[in-house]
Amino acid sequence: MSEQTVRAPQTVIRTARTRGANEEPYLEVDDLQVQFPTADGMVRAVQGLSYSLPLRRTLAIVGESGSGKSVSSMAVMGLHDTKTARISGSIKVGGTQIVGMSQQELQKFRGVGASMIFQDPQSSLHPYFTIGDQIMESYRAHHNVTKRKAKARAIDMLGRVGIPNPTRRVDNYPHEFSGGMRQRAMIAMALVNDPKLLIADEPTTALDVTVQAQILDLISDLQRDFGSAVVFITHDLGVVAEIADDILVMYAGNAIEHGPVDKILGSPQHPYTWGLLESIPALSGEPQPLHPIPGSPPSLLAVPNGCAFHPRCEYRERVSGDLCRTLKPDLVSRSADPGRKSRCHLKEPDAVFRTDVLPRLP
Amino acid sequence: MLLYILRRLLSAFSVVVVTLVASFALFFLAPSDPAGVICGPKCTPDRLHDIESSLGLDQPAAKQLGLYMKGIVLGRDYDQGGTVQHCSAPCLGYSYSLGQPVTKLLGAALPVTISIVLGGALVYLTIGILAGTIAAQVRGTPLDRITVGTTMVVNSIPYFVVAVLVALYATFLPHSEYHPFLDNPLLWATGLLSAWLTLGITNAAAYSRYARASMIESLGQDFVRTARSKGISERRVVYRHGLRAALTPVATIFGIDLAIQLTGAIFTESIFGLPGIGLLTLRAFGKYDLPVLMGGVLVGAVVLVVMNLVVDIVYTFLDPRVRLG
Repeated sequence: MSEQTVRAPQTVIRTARTRGANEEPYLEVDDLQVQFPTADGMVRAVQGLSYSLPLRRTLAIVGESGSGKSVSSMAVMGLHDTKTARISGSIKVGGTQIVGMSQQELQKFRGVGASMIFQDPQSSLHPYFTIGDQIMESYRAHHNVTKRKAKARAIDMLGRVGIPNPTRRVDNYPHEFSGGMRQRAMIAMALVNDPKLLIADEPTTALDVTVQAQILDLISDLQRDFGSAVVFITHDLGVVAEIADDILVMYAGNAIEHGPVDKILGSPQHPYTWGLLESIPALSGEPQPLHPIPGSPPSLLAVPNGCAFHPRCEYRERVSGDLCRTLKPDLVSRSADPGRKSRCHLKEPDAVFRTDVLPRLP
Repeated sequence: MLLYILRRLLSAFSVVVVTLVASFALFFLAPSDPAGVICGPKCTPDRLHDIESSLGLDQPAAKQLGLYMKGIVLGRDYDQGGTVQHCSAPCLGYSYSLGQPVTKLLGAALPVTISIVLGGALVYLTIGILAGTIAAQVRGTPLDRITVGTTMVVNSIPYFVVAVLVALYATFLPHSEYHPFLDNPLLWATGLLSAWLTLGITNAAAYSRYARASMIESLGQDFVRTARSKGISERRVVYRHGLRAALTPVATIFGIDLAIQLTGAIFTESIFGLPGIGLLTLRAFGKYDLPVLMGGVLVGAVVLVVMNLVVDIVYTFLDPRVRLG
């Protein structure tokens, strides 16, 4: 494969981190609720999620399977079937309200206002159509142009995402591409209509580590060129440190911690985030036993009262009374920094982190 | 691709030969007396002997098979009491009961069967795929349940019962008879309508189930979600992306079904009195008419192997992942 030089992830210049921080938000999610009525009851997948994201900035949404990170992002694209999902709250993309949009309006919005790339490029591309055909379809859905012009655009996009020899490759089928090239083609398809918001749902999970780094670089580069906002869904904290400006940690359908990446990864305030950090194996030094979070995530059919994390929380004894079991904490700033919020009753989270958690971290 | 087809044709040829030899052996070993059948009730031993020698029935089995095979490739001469009758290649012999060349009988019957099967296929593919696709789209709703329930009921009625019911109750349909398409296309179509309807109804149930299952699977695929996220119309998502992928497995089943129907439309043909291959072999069977039976077997074997090959070739066009060189 004649991919360009492989850059080590560490050398990516993170200029975006300070950019756009104080600008007008492009994506505004406010009190978003997504519920699925089922025979067993109401699945409360997202329970009052709020965040905002300006252009040129990357937000990483982190959490384990079933925490609501994908479901909330699908809602931003308007991809939920209104027959099976109940969505309330507000999602504004570039000032346009997405919740409650008609199918016709959503059709015009998807791909132009926001675009999405998915986890597994192998299954996300249609096996029976050529790469070029699929990119052209996206472009022609929103641009009234001839096939010839759309194809020229597809070739141009494939070149921009680093596919060698795009003029020839445009007529290939997905199975003739390698995994990394398929994901590049997916990205080309997502960006063909210049969307200002790109949602990447675990785009590197199905790829091997070297290719992962290339794809992350590509997304950063394209974000700079296109000036777009990126929502990056992942459960890989290494990827987060690499690509994100902000982090939103989700647990059982709630945002439990939100703030700039260096703050959240440097001194997190929520016991769940501590647990995530403690679950990362050290790659150097003495091998140490991991410190996993006890128990398993709650069923979204019956989310625990109070703090959703309390049954698994080893610090709940430190909160006076029955607070953790009875009262759901708010997502508010718990330190001098107003940009950094967490959802926990603990009085001195920073102190607890320093004395109890930090020594255990590798 | 060409090499692949050649290789497949070669193996198809060997399958046909093996089938011929095996069925020849089976019929030869069966306690039948074809010369007696031809000779009729007022038979003398002399005449019986003449018939046997003119047909080569007094020869050993291997020799008879050899003569039969030679007839297919080169043609064959029958000596009937001094007058020599030439049967040109491909010669499958003469019908014992009808006295006509088997190739002529098959040639007359094959268009009938093909007409019935292809017309019926058009009916059941249209109804089945449409119903299956719609049911998959509205999965779980009352409309879906009605569709699934109906197909279950229709599927559990034996095929010949459906045929009899159509023959008995659909009396508003034109009288069932065969007119060659080239003589009068309109009469051809009206005469076959009952048969098409029977074949259509029974198979539409099965095909709507195949199509529904395949469509549900296909609509749940990641690439359908991708298509939806592009901002194309829902109809385009369902029919261009979903149905396109769902049809490939259905096409495979259809190819094999078509082959089976072409060789086994006996019920339809006999109930509606249409002189196709099925009816021809059924009558030959009742009269130990060995050459006609062998002809039916030959047609069946050829149709099956050819359809198998066609399915595999069509598949390479449907799915680019299995495209060869």
